[in-house]
Amino acid sequence: MRLRAGIVVAVLAVAVVVGAVTLRPGAARSLDAHPSTSAPHVTITVLAAASLSEAFTRLAADVERDNPGLTVSLGFGASSTLAAQVAAGAPADVIATADQRTMGRALDGLPGAAGGSVTPVVFARNTLAVAVPGSDPGHVTGMSSLDRDDVTFAVCAPEVPCGAAAARVLAAAGVGRQPVTYEKDVTAVLTKVRSGEVDAGLVYASDVRPGAPAVRDGSVRALLIPPAVNVTNDYPVAVLPSSHQAQARAFVDALLSAHGRQVLADAGFLVP
Amino acid sequence: MSGTDAPDRRRHVPWTAAVPGVVGLTFLVLPLVALVVRAPWSRLGSVLTGPDVLSSLWLSLWTSTVATAVTVALGLPLAWLLARSPVPGLRWLRAVVTLPLVLPPVVGGVALLAVFGRTGLVGRWLDAWGITLPFTPAAVVLAQTFVALPFLVLTVDGALRAADGRYDEAATCLGASRLTVLRRVTLPLLAPSVAAGAVLAWARALGEFGATVTFAGSFPGRTQTLPLSVYRALDQDPQAAVALSLVLLAVCVTALALMRGRWSSGVQA
Repeated sequence: MRLRAGIVVAVLAVAVVVGAVTLRPGAARSLDAHPSTSAPHVTITVLAAASLSEAFTRLAADVERDNPGLTVSLGFGASSTLAAQVAAGAPADVIATADQRTMGRALDGLPGAAGGSVTPVVFARNTLAVAVPGSDPGHVTGMSSLDRDDVTFAVCAPEVPCGAAAARVLAAAGVGRQPVTYEKDVTAVLTKVRSGEVDAGLVYASDVRPGAPAVRDGSVRALLIPPAVNVTNDYPVAVLPSSHQAQARAFVDALLSAHGRQVLADAGFLVP
Repeated sequence: MSGTDAPDRRRHVPWTAAVPGVVGLTFLVLPLVALVVRAPWSRLGSVLTGPDVLSSLWLSLWTSTVATAVTVALGLPLAWLLARSPVPGLRWLRAVVTLPLVLPPVVGGVALLAVFGRTGLVGRWLDAWGITLPFTPAAVVLAQTFVALPFLVLTVDGALRAADGRYDEAATCLGASRLTVLRRVTLPLLAPSVAAGAVLAWARALGEFGATVTFAGSFPGRTQTLPLSVYRALDQDPQAAVALSLVLLAVCVTALALMRGRWSSGVQA
């Protein structure tokens, strides 16, 4: 009795270990490379900068509608985080980052010469803006207000594209004061502003365009940054080496199409 | 448990329990071994002496120590309340105290913002007096206290309920006042479990991430504790993240090793 139970447990333990080893991303991918003939279904994973959430969610729905059997699985986050994930071998078919530096880091981390064979394409541009809570507790009127001692503001961490851009804008505008917090991505900065925890935050212009959700509901007001001190980020997209090249290419083609450009423009991006 | 039957029992572990047990042990230990193996030993010195690392380590150490002190100051009376007071519905109260233990820490951070944030229930009054908690080391301490308090309360509460009340009664019979009984009998008997609970609370406070990053933000030297540094370094320099993790591991192992004797006796108390 005890022996039989022992065998069951041992088999289960071996099964768990074997399962864990064979269910690596690569193995999983080779499984669905041979889909059953009745329902050819493919899921591609698209990793995108947090600032692209709105545009890519809309675009993914359009791509799924135009390509029956294709599911676009979206992952949003700080470009630097996504780059680190791709470099560490996270299974992804498309990556879109908020600047060239993080894209370079993602591709540099790909195994062997794989990174060199991938050519990123710039599909959108973005500038920064000052976001202020609807109630404007700090009476912020522009970049110069950030240098006042009674004003607290949030920016992205320097390793994130919006943080790198913010550091340059702050330097160009001659703001010597430090932010109260370095947030992980631009969405987190906007959240801190919306909830009124800070008097201001440096976010992307697309996040606080007139039609943006945060602006429409009155929780955030946007102040423009003069072009002389503002910076422009290039957003590159790349198809990663994977077994779903064709489907991944279809998504990028949709992004670069006239419709894709319209979706991006609607979401407040500058389209090249 | 006398010492003589312990070795006897040790011989009777059926391998139906031993196999999954060893699998479980491997699962716990392997990631820690990997951390040590993958550590960038050659540049460990340069990574660990970076200005942000030292300020993060220092911030982590002093905030988690203050949080532990607050935890003991508030948790000991709370445990007392749970174990000894005749209030009805204590079972529910105990469940409420356990909640931060199982709640995702980031939810704790959101909840703390809802109370102490600038527009929060209490925070708006504090703000009117010119006190702002978010983005300050005080917010770090609050976040750590929130997640660490249950560890101390539950440890001490368990010890109090299991404690032999006859020592207290004997002291009272011998004419000791209630304060003397507390000071000379109850608290000394309770000391090991308070120490055990405090170490657990301190370790939990030291490792706090979710509530801290949500409620206190992240600024080097002010609110960026060591776990937050690890998370930031992961994108920038994964090797540095491993090195920083190693520091946290070393601090925790040292603390547990120092407290080992008291801890094991505390769990039995």
